[in-house]
Amino acid sequence: MVPQLQFSDVTLGYDRHPAVHHLSGEVASGALLAVVGPNGAGKSTLFRGILGILKPLSGVISRGGLDVRDIAYLPQTADIDRSFPISVFDLVGTGLWRQTGLFGGIGRPAREKIAQAIAAVGLTGFENRGIGTLSGGQMQRMLFARVLLQNARLIVLDEPFNAIDAKTAADLLVLVKRWHAEGRTVLAALHDMELVRAHFPQTLLLAREPVAWGATADVLTAENLQEARRMCEAFDDDAAACVADERPQRAA
Amino acid sequence: MIFDALIAPFFEFEFMRRALAAIIALSLGGAPIGVFLMLRRMSLVGDAMAHAILPGAAIGFLLSGLNLFAMATGGLVAGFAVALLAGLVARSTGLKEDASLAAFYLTSLALGVAIVSIKGTNIDLLHVLFGNILAMDDQTLLLVAFNATLTLLALAVIYRPLVIESVDPLFLRTVSRAGAPAHFAFLALVVINLVSGFQALGTLLAVGLMILPAGIARFWSRDITPMICIAVSSAIVSGYAGLVWSFQTKVPSGPAIILVAALLYAASVLFGRHSGLVRQLFPGRHLEA
Repeated sequence: MVPQLQFSDVTLGYDRHPAVHHLSGEVASGALLAVVGPNGAGKSTLFRGILGILKPLSGVISRGGLDVRDIAYLPQTADIDRSFPISVFDLVGTGLWRQTGLFGGIGRPAREKIAQAIAAVGLTGFENRGIGTLSGGQMQRMLFARVLLQNARLIVLDEPFNAIDAKTAADLLVLVKRWHAEGRTVLAALHDMELVRAHFPQTLLLAREPVAWGATADVLTAENLQEARRMCEAFDDDAAACVADERPQRAA
Repeated sequence: MIFDALIAPFFEFEFMRRALAAIIALSLGGAPIGVFLMLRRMSLVGDAMAHAILPGAAIGFLLSGLNLFAMATGGLVAGFAVALLAGLVARSTGLKEDASLAAFYLTSLALGVAIVSIKGTNIDLLHVLFGNILAMDDQTLLLVAFNATLTLLALAVIYRPLVIESVDPLFLRTVSRAGAPAHFAFLALVVINLVSGFQALGTLLAVGLMILPAGIARFWSRDITPMICIAVSSAIVSGYAGLVWSFQTKVPSGPAIILVAALLYAASVLFGRHSGLVRQLFPGRHLEA
């Protein structure tokens, strides 16, 4: 199958310090991949690289011909100004941006789609509420509705189930599985190992460097998890330049 | 009697009619811009930009005296330069935009006052700092009307990205490249509206007719469209009442207009429907659900 995402010796980081170190591999089209690892393991950094927000320090991320703007992304802490006077309906409607752009009208079919997305996340009745009045869980439901509308082939969710209750998480997980069934590629950063074991066929265990990548049962072993905890240390301010970086250049 | 006080001045004197027309145009362009400045937490940025256009206008003044086009062009150039430089410094160094703007506008203000003082008198300086809406000639009026038209058209074009960038900048960044252009176009609109207001209210007060109406609107609506309508109408009302007040007394027109707006603002803070102080004191019984 054609890979949706391909990492060739990718190093991502800040101020030359790597946060994701020498990652190589492929995400098949239609895969449902959990990205797990301790805090600071580079999960969010990896996602920002996939989105093109962060340029790799070295290596290449290829997106199977997909424009970065056609990837649906749910950040870990949405950078939303909750005091802004906008309704739930309008905010979810921004998910149609790729179709409407600057001026495209939002006609009856589009309004229906927005209403359906709001219904799918269980927020019917909240359409005209201001976003400032939502609780944390409702906010997350609203953002899922927007991702739903974006109708993207590749969906990237950064810790989507953090700080929300079990009911909300279960409802939203249904959506994730629906996306998987529809053949979309879904990546999710997660901390709940039980949830990963139960619902995600594939897992990437990251601890700055990739520890293991493959079928979930093979990746989430006690040794791997311990290894991951050990590898995640603080940046060394006096670290020397990474020698491994020079290898591909020498080969070329 | 009431007719004599409120309406007759506009029938009798052409300068009053011109002033009223200028105020309406300024309100139509400036108030919506003010609403966005407030929602984007850039209220003080407007103030800073107002000072930033001063050296440009002053150089125009130095070259050709109190000539409208020289001063307006100079103001535009200086305003754009400061807006772009501050934006670039902020976007490329991680210094917050307000801090970077403060550095630029303080420099500009000092430079501007210095330049005007080299050639002009104190009266010229007063004119530049406080404007004179009662001396609107055809050219000035056309400039103000043109700027208001341009503002409304441009705002219609960048409205959607501007709103999304204000609510959720990261999202806009992941789906579109319109964010940065919309931001800079918006800064440009701030500058041209300040140049308009510059002639009528002066550098120091020009921003008043943008920010105060926006503040008023915030207390009466929680939706952006009515907010913009309320801001525009309260700007027009303040302008009209300020003109009448200054006509009947010795208060100069610019400060009169801004003081009326400030009164409306104070009333809104007290009695506003959304989080007004009196409302908070007597909120009524809580609801069942």
